[in-house]
Amino acid sequence: MEEYGGGGGDLLSEAMGSAARVVVVEDCVEAPGAFVLHLLLKRALASGGAAAFLALAQPFSYYDRVLRKMGCNLSLHRRNERLHFFELLGFPGGAREGTIADSFVRLYNEIQRLVEANRAGENAGQFTVVIDDASLLEVVALGSVNDVLDFLHYCFALTSEMNCSLVVLIHEDIYADEENMGLLLHLRYIADLVIKAAPLSTGLAADVHGQLSVVNKGTFSEQRAKAQKVWNFHFKGKENGADFFYPGTRH
Amino acid sequence: MAEAVVRCLRDGRLDGEHAPALAVEGSLQCCPLAAGAMLHIAAAFASQVAAGKAQARGLVVVAFDRSPLVYLEFMRRRSLDTNALDRCVRILDCYSDPLGWKQKIQNQQHQGNSAKQFSTNKENITVYRSVKDVTKLMSSVTELGGGFEEGKKYFSVAVDSISSMLRHASVPSISGLLTNLRSHEQVSSIFWMIHSDLHEPKVPRAFECLSTMVACVEPALVDPVCGESPGNLSVLEQNYSKAKFIVRLKRRNGRVKHLYEDLYIEGNDIKFDSAPSVSIEVNQSLVPKAQFNLELSEKERSDRANVVLPFEHQGNGEPIRIYDGRRSLPEAQRDLSLTAPALVDEIKAPKSGTAKGEIHYFRDSDDEQPDSDEDPDDDLDI
Repeated sequence: MEEYGGGGGDLLSEAMGSAARVVVVEDCVEAPGAFVLHLLLKRALASGGAAAFLALAQPFSYYDRVLRKMGCNLSLHRRNERLHFFELLGFPGGAREGTIADSFVRLYNEIQRLVEANRAGENAGQFTVVIDDASLLEVVALGSVNDVLDFLHYCFALTSEMNCSLVVLIHEDIYADEENMGLLLHLRYIADLVIKAAPLSTGLAADVHGQLSVVNKGTFSEQRAKAQKVWNFHFKGKENGADFFYPGTRH
Repeated sequence: MAEAVVRCLRDGRLDGEHAPALAVEGSLQCCPLAAGAMLHIAAAFASQVAAGKAQARGLVVVAFDRSPLVYLEFMRRRSLDTNALDRCVRILDCYSDPLGWKQKIQNQQHQGNSAKQFSTNKENITVYRSVKDVTKLMSSVTELGGGFEEGKKYFSVAVDSISSMLRHASVPSISGLLTNLRSHEQVSSIFWMIHSDLHEPKVPRAFECLSTMVACVEPALVDPVCGESPGNLSVLEQNYSKAKFIVRLKRRNGRVKHLYEDLYIEGNDIKFDSAPSVSIEVNQSLVPKAQFNLELSEKERSDRANVVLPFEHQGNGEPIRIYDGRRSLPEAQRDLSLTAPALVDEIKAPKSGTAKGEIHYFRDSDDEQPDSDEDPDDDLDI
């Protein structure tokens, strides 16, 4: 049963399980995956946790509008300090503030303080760091993949030290032609869970907007060891979320 | 075989030789299994050290890809108790703060608070903050290794992983580090993990050259339509549950031995399963894929057996027919088959007093298959 506004969370949540710490969402131009990020952000805030959102693609007003239609009030969460929004459209802020690496250090520092504060707080729910998106991080780092990977590594280390989770969006089709897929491959390696949005091989359709494949590596987690690791289902985007269903089950 | 590999590492170096080195290679398609293989080898080796069966007195793990606690937790699950771990395992933590960012932040904030979790050195975990400095890394490793026991005792080194190191330092500097470690008088053995698809092909090969053993973790099933989403789901699913563990051991006499096992995840542990028909399978996979056929079919085999070799005595009671390379015209017209060349009938002259020259030819190559890689000198122990 798909919950109203919840975006058919059942299939996706079932595929994701509960133990995944590092989630990488891959998408392409034909099948944008930002809606997955919105869903995960909504879920993170709804379950009583807190989140840090690193936005390089859009300003706050955009996400506010989108999530509002999904039944989640980002402005309220921001005021209550459950959501910490980093508008990074102007990142890193120019040469006078030091090198790119220094800017990443400062950004990491702020995130780390937030995570620590959340952990020490009374209502210590799950903390989620969401990055939209890694390809743009590479752009603001002026193409320095190493700086981006260093920053992502530190965020990744946070997940194991501080019991928080990391969700990163990356555009897979940008890297499709490169011999060395660099950032994409590294992210796939560190991910516990890879959610890939792709168009249907049969092309555009009114009722089905694409397919999602979820690979849950289940690294050495007892619960996941016997569970299904690879999922594939279709999705249809809606104003208030998305529906997920197996191929052919849509009337 | 994983046990054979651990045994080689445990036995360590001989006098006058460099330490044995194992390169574990994995790829994205089976990366949890490759990670598991590395953890397994580290844990199995540490158990041998703890039991006093190894040349080394301790293991230094240089951890880039995983938190040190993951190694310790895995080893604990393999029945290594805290005492044994404290005694035999040291971890150089290049995961928590590889570039010193956390320390930089602390210094900027003038916080000397060392109670923060990530900056505390636990007993057998040492945080290392300058991964770009390979020389310093070398001295940190040897310092940790020297601290196991009094006197100049052996220790072994595990690097997880070289791929992460390569983000911070060049191939020559890391090769230099590994070579220096191998030739260090106190290093008993060394093993490392590298993710082959993160680099150009020549990079893992360069590190293979430095090793005496290479263990490749390969996907159990190869999807012909690889890379596309979602591809073959069941293939993907299988490849995350089990993989092939293929080991190449370089022997001292130059021979390369191939071993093969299956490896799979069971619960939160990793297990190995010896395949019964080892050599046949590996030999078959050794035949390079070419556009021409390198194997013989059954018909071809029997035809080959029927070929009459020149100067050879058929010994089947018929008049001796020795083929002298010439085909006389009538015979050639009668016999069109190429596999049974026309023979010139010659009745051998009965032996007379004046002996003519004779050629006695004994075929000795029947048993050996062509292109077999059996080394006739294999039993020599030089």
